[in-house]
Amino acid sequence: MASTAHRPDSEWRAALADIAPAMVAGMPFAALCGALAVDKGLSPAEVFAMSLIVFAGGAQFAAIEIWSTPVPVFALVVSTLLINTRHILMGVSLRPKLHALSAVQRVLGCFTLADENWALAERRATVRVISPTYFLLMGTAFWASWVVWSLAGALLGPVLGDPRRLGADFAFTAIFVALIVSLRTGPRSGAVVAASAVTAALVRALIGSPWHVLSGALAGIVAAAMLRRDTPEAR
Amino acid sequence: MSLDGTTLLTIVLMGLATYLTRIAGLFIAGRFRLEGQARAAFDAIPISVLTAVIAPTLLTSSLAESFAGVVTILAAFRLPLLGTVTVGVTAVVLLRLALG
Repeated sequence: MASTAHRPDSEWRAALADIAPAMVAGMPFAALCGALAVDKGLSPAEVFAMSLIVFAGGAQFAAIEIWSTPVPVFALVVSTLLINTRHILMGVSLRPKLHALSAVQRVLGCFTLADENWALAERRATVRVISPTYFLLMGTAFWASWVVWSLAGALLGPVLGDPRRLGADFAFTAIFVALIVSLRTGPRSGAVVAASAVTAALVRALIGSPWHVLSGALAGIVAAAMLRRDTPEAR
Repeated sequence: MSLDGTTLLTIVLMGLATYLTRIAGLFIAGRFRLEGQARAAFDAIPISVLTAVIAPTLLTSSLAESFAGVVTILAAFRLPLLGTVTVGVTAVVLLRLALG
């Protein structure tokens, strides 16, 4: 089923077609991120640098939220690290599916690892081998889009208005719902999703962000292991 | 356009912290053989992480988001990605108007 012969033109077409909806959904978020950062006192050049170097939406929103003068360097770096620990799980899961990439391509390519392009790569891996062209182009396009639109938001800020008005903030949620549905493997996926969702919602409400991501993910993972023990014969 | 020294240093450190999380998994993976329960747990990583990220939005933010979430889930079983996003966004805008 997994085709090993990649025609480069179809690989880059697939990469751009797959990432395009996430790029469109990301535009208002990136712009909002840039606008909020300028509102906090960062210059457009600093917004550009942050999106270029950090490239992590959730961590950047959190950083801007706690940004003040003097700059709380330690709190900002720790918050960034915590919010992004999920990348470690994502990398562990994706690594065996990146066997068609060289070590250098993996290490450089994973600079652009983000929720959306990672999930699309996971989906791709269920039907065919992830090619270097597919993985690197998809990540680079998503990264470039985030940088450009956050700079645009920093420069145009107040003109853009509230993205909630157009439901733009829900686009990411809808993308994730679609990806979760496409990654399901059977009835046990429902139990995994339920365990993760209930835990994440409770932890978010009782303890707060970003702890809900790790605890919810762990609950789902533990649920999957327990279900496997209960039905050892099931595949 | 100005770049403050401390700000730039902070941004670089944030970038380093983020990059570490992005490549750490590459080096951890494959150091152990996975079978049975461990394999099931490993295979559940993608769906568990994605769910944990969005669950609070769907379950505890407001009725409009929760109902729109149900509509989006139903759409996701029938439509491709872009169609699902269109249905979800439309649903949340209408529900926010209807439910205030």
